[in-house]
Amino acid sequence: MVLLSAAEVSIERGERRLLQGVGLAVASGQVWQVLGANGVGKSSLLRALAGLARFGVEGSISRFEPLLYLAHAPAIKCALSPLENLRCHPACDVTSTPAQIALALEAVQLGGYEHQPVGSLSAGQQRRVALARLLLTGARLWLLDEPFTALDGAGCDWLEECIRGHVSTGGAVIFTSHQPSRFSELQQDLDLANYAVS
Amino acid sequence: MPSVDRPSLSLLTAFGRQFRRHGQALMASLTDVANPLLFFFMVVTLFPLGLGPDPQQLASMAPGILWVVALLASLMVSARMFASDFEDGSLEQMALASHPLSVLALGEVAAHWLATGCLLAVVSPLFAMMLGLPSQGLGVLVLSLLLGTLCLTLIGAVGSALTVSIRRGGLLLSLLIIPLNVPVLIFGTAAVTEAVMGRDPSTWLTLMGALAAGMLALAPLAMGAALRISLDS
Repeated sequence: MVLLSAAEVSIERGERRLLQGVGLAVASGQVWQVLGANGVGKSSLLRALAGLARFGVEGSISRFEPLLYLAHAPAIKCALSPLENLRCHPACDVTSTPAQIALALEAVQLGGYEHQPVGSLSAGQQRRVALARLLLTGARLWLLDEPFTALDGAGCDWLEECIRGHVSTGGAVIFTSHQPSRFSELQQDLDLANYAVS
Repeated sequence: MPSVDRPSLSLLTAFGRQFRRHGQALMASLTDVANPLLFFFMVVTLFPLGLGPDPQQLASMAPGILWVVALLASLMVSARMFASDFEDGSLEQMALASHPLSVLALGEVAAHWLATGCLLAVVSPLFAMMLGLPSQGLGVLVLSLLLGTLCLTLIGAVGSALTVSIRRGGLLLSLLIIPLNVPVLIFGTAAVTEAVMGRDPSTWLTLMGALAAGMLALAPLAMGAALRISLDS
């Protein structure tokens, strides 16, 4: 089942055309890694695929909604606890009970921090709060922008497992990363160097 | 390809969660709540020093002074209304939610109004007494400020939604929303003045109520559209 399809997508930023002719069809069970040098337009493409950017985006994109989009900005309020942050998440897709959220926080090694303000946690821990949402959402299509940043080795392994689990139950993931490929047999690559406008 | 796999939150719950999230964030950093009150207090104490301590003169100017300061205090806080949500990525997530962005944004604005405008209206009799406003005007002052700050907050929210992505958008925001705030100021001052004179202020209060009801219906739509434009740049 195709969860996202895009054809002939071109992206302009300001006066400059970044990408041209991008096409992809993401089916359930697939992991797509978007590759490319800094500034080539990976994040812009992800925003366009999520439906957040419309101006300067041409081509047809259809997506299975609701989707989950995780950006560089974690959408976490420093004054709130991890528990409250997830319970009252602005995407309004967390229907879990506080006990289920506490379990998800435990899974990302944040057990015992549930009620501390997020501002007092480290950058990596804050990232984990944002990632704990992966365990709580009902979305089938995940768009993750640099999900491995600020995570330690164990955190990266956990995220890899989490993504593998998600696609094995019929989900699909598109992510950007400069890390070497982690999902050898499942993974498709989208190298934006092929679509860059020079 | 729209589809929902699991039961999603009801619209009212989603509104409540946004209200709660924003309210808790405001409560945790009390500066946003205390700033307008402190500003109000300082300006009100400065007026007798500048105008001279003649109680009669102060009392006659009190309705206008109180209302202008309330308007400025509201202007001051509305610039930051969506700023932190824009910076930390919460707005993007709100835009992706399956609920209308306007309703989620209204949840935030409601929390914002309770913590700033509503609070200001409730404590305003204290400031009014500092200026010697006759006691028959106090009730109408509170009522007019409750309705008025609701209008001002909603207007400010639309302006803030439009300018949130602009660096140093504060001046532009003021230029955009001060003209829209003028009717609220006129009606509010008139209501309090009428009450002080011992006349019936209900005409002015009714007008303000109508204005607030209209704003409450239309401002969320404008906010939602403006936020989407701001996110898309």
